[in-house]
Amino acid sequence: MIELDGVRKAWTGGPSVGPLTLSIEAGTFVALLGGSGAGKTTTLKMINGLVEPDSGGVRVAGRAADEEPVHLRRRRIGYVFQEIGLFPHMTVAENVAVGPSLAQWPKERTAARIAELLSLTALPADASGRMPAELSGGQRQRVGLARALAAEPKVMLMDEPFGALDPIVRESLGRDYRALHDQLGLTTVLVTHDVTEALLLADRIVVMDAGHIIADDTPAALLGERQEPAVRALMDTPRRQAQAVEVLARGGDRHE
Amino acid sequence: MNDRVAAAWRLLPEYLSQHVLLSLCALVLGLAISLPLAVAASRNRAVRWPALFLASLVQTIPSLALLALFYPLLLALSTLSQAWFGRGFPALGFAPSLMALTLYSMLPILRNGVAGLTGVDPAVIEAADGMGMTSGQKLWRVEAPLAAPVIMAGVRTSAVWTIGAATLATPVGQTSLGNYIFSGLQTENWVAVLFGCIAAAVLALAADQLLGLIESGLASRRRWRIWTGAAGLVIGAALALSPIWASGATPAYRIGAKNFSEQYILADLMAARLEATGARVETRDDLGSATIYRALAAGEIDAYVDYSGTLWTNVLNRTDNPGRAAVLAGLKVELARRDGVLLLGPLGFENAYALAMRQDRARALGISGLDDLARRSSELTLGSDLEFLSRPEWRSVKNAYGLNFKKLVSYQPTFMYAALMEGEVDAISAFSSDGRIEADHLVVLADPKRALPPYDAVLLISPRRVHDARLLAALRPLVGAINVATMREANYSVDRQSGKLTPAAAAARLNAKIATGAARAP
Repeated sequence: MIELDGVRKAWTGGPSVGPLTLSIEAGTFVALLGGSGAGKTTTLKMINGLVEPDSGGVRVAGRAADEEPVHLRRRRIGYVFQEIGLFPHMTVAENVAVGPSLAQWPKERTAARIAELLSLTALPADASGRMPAELSGGQRQRVGLARALAAEPKVMLMDEPFGALDPIVRESLGRDYRALHDQLGLTTVLVTHDVTEALLLADRIVVMDAGHIIADDTPAALLGERQEPAVRALMDTPRRQAQAVEVLARGGDRHE
Repeated sequence: MNDRVAAAWRLLPEYLSQHVLLSLCALVLGLAISLPLAVAASRNRAVRWPALFLASLVQTIPSLALLALFYPLLLALSTLSQAWFGRGFPALGFAPSLMALTLYSMLPILRNGVAGLTGVDPAVIEAADGMGMTSGQKLWRVEAPLAAPVIMAGVRTSAVWTIGAATLATPVGQTSLGNYIFSGLQTENWVAVLFGCIAAAVLALAADQLLGLIESGLASRRRWRIWTGAAGLVIGAALALSPIWASGATPAYRIGAKNFSEQYILADLMAARLEATGARVETRDDLGSATIYRALAAGEIDAYVDYSGTLWTNVLNRTDNPGRAAVLAGLKVELARRDGVLLLGPLGFENAYALAMRQDRARALGISGLDDLARRSSELTLGSDLEFLSRPEWRSVKNAYGLNFKKLVSYQPTFMYAALMEGEVDAISAFSSDGRIEADHLVVLADPKRALPPYDAVLLISPRRVHDARLLAALRPLVGAINVATMREANYSVDRQSGKLTPAAAAARLNAKIATGAARAP
């Protein structure tokens, strides 16, 4: 579904990314995991053209980047990011309707789609007439999700989408989204620095460091013993936390 | 008092309609240029700072000077166009005023436009890009609506500035509410000055409030506010402009006047005589003394009264003084040869530059002529009008007598007389036909060396009216028909503090006196 073929991007005075080669099957949920400056966001944005690669090829759904204007490619890809960027002068319904209106859907189809998405993203039905400023942080991100899904994209790109939310909202939104991913048959690329989030949501985790892929495997395989030191260090933290929590749950002592 | 207010009310439809037309056109044009420029400047740094710098630079030019500067510019363009395409265009009045005010209106719109567009949250822009909006869709759906309240605030500021600055269009020949202020200042008609200020302020406030309604409607997404504000603006503009549609075609004749009482009276006199023949006439008051002759030569006005000495020194650039008759004869030939302008004839009186003093002060110092004045000048202060000190007549009289004043002060003429009466200055540059000379008991100092040229009031006709029988028939009876005492009396009836007449009323009285032949020059 998504092919990156030797893409490379150098920032003036900053780190460079690539050359990277990555192939993502349709229906997969991939997490791009790494610390800040690892090149995760740059890699993600090269998929929808928000960052133009210096060299290398990008293909989405079989179409190469240079076959069509970049705005047409973006309309077929859902994009969600931490700051959300809801249009503050539009109601929730108007925000969700932007994608369908760019695709020139008829009015009835758009209206039906808005109602469908509000329920899919577990937003109250009366939210549609509200302004973004009247919503809570979690509700706002649900609207961001609904907006990205509105024009029925097959590919979703998500850049730390739950990063600014409190842990409870974050966990439930993550689980809700994973369910949507399966239900709608999406291909998802999620950028995160949260190892637990990546382990719990993704089918496949691509670990990045200094602009390169240092590991690429299933969560279970990455948690296994065979890893190189950097990856093992990354996986140790959630493993240790999980063990400690388990001990506590069995009535043991934190320092055991 | 009441009749002066009534007179001001009668002029309101014409002045207000012209003022609104000018401000509205300047604002619309300013918007049409500034908004695309603001979009370009917000997207491109290389455009941003030169655009903002130039707009700020324009703002530092005093608005009156900006308006005045467009006249010579347009005149040069018109001359070029005449040479290349055989067609000129009017360089006076609406065109230069519109251009200057358009430039003047741009800065607030441009600055707020750039601030509004660059101030949109980058996350919102990223969302718009990420959803696949084209640059145009992003502008219309996201950036423009979000920047609209900030842009409207700029439009409000711009509207208030433009309406205020439009009063300054009067001296370049465009009728505006400034006509009340400029002519009121000259004739010491403070009622008219105040009336003009209030009218301009009310207009600016009304526009500001209606635009403010639109601005708050945009900010709070309340459609009725936007529509109420817009409807108010459209209805108000239509009402203000209605006299223009009602009046129909452009007037047949245009009579020019410089910016003092005698000129207003004579222009009204000529206009009344033409109107008596059934012609439609417009007067262009408060034209600068340097621009009025060029406006006549270019055919933008049809007739006005100038003074032989002024034409001799300023138009023909002569410094000699061959005597009154020779100057008149020389002018008649030279103006016709150079510009095709017809000098119809002298009106019969002189309005010469002369130095004048209070009688008691002159007697105390033993001064009766300029030669006496020169001996005491190093202890004395000279008050002058705004242009005398930069004129060749001043250089000539200064050199001839060796005048060397302790101090030189320039005033608007009304205040110059006041300064003389209060003893702030010892002598002033007066005009010999000014009614205040007799009324204030001033002495005009003798000029034994004939350093100051003669200033016969002469009627000038534009090249395109040289064969206009109606115009010539209406104005020819004025030649030789007004003596200096009559002119002084008419001027004083307008300039005096109490019981003053409007220039039009003074002109009517003068016309009646001319008809009896009682005012004939010796």
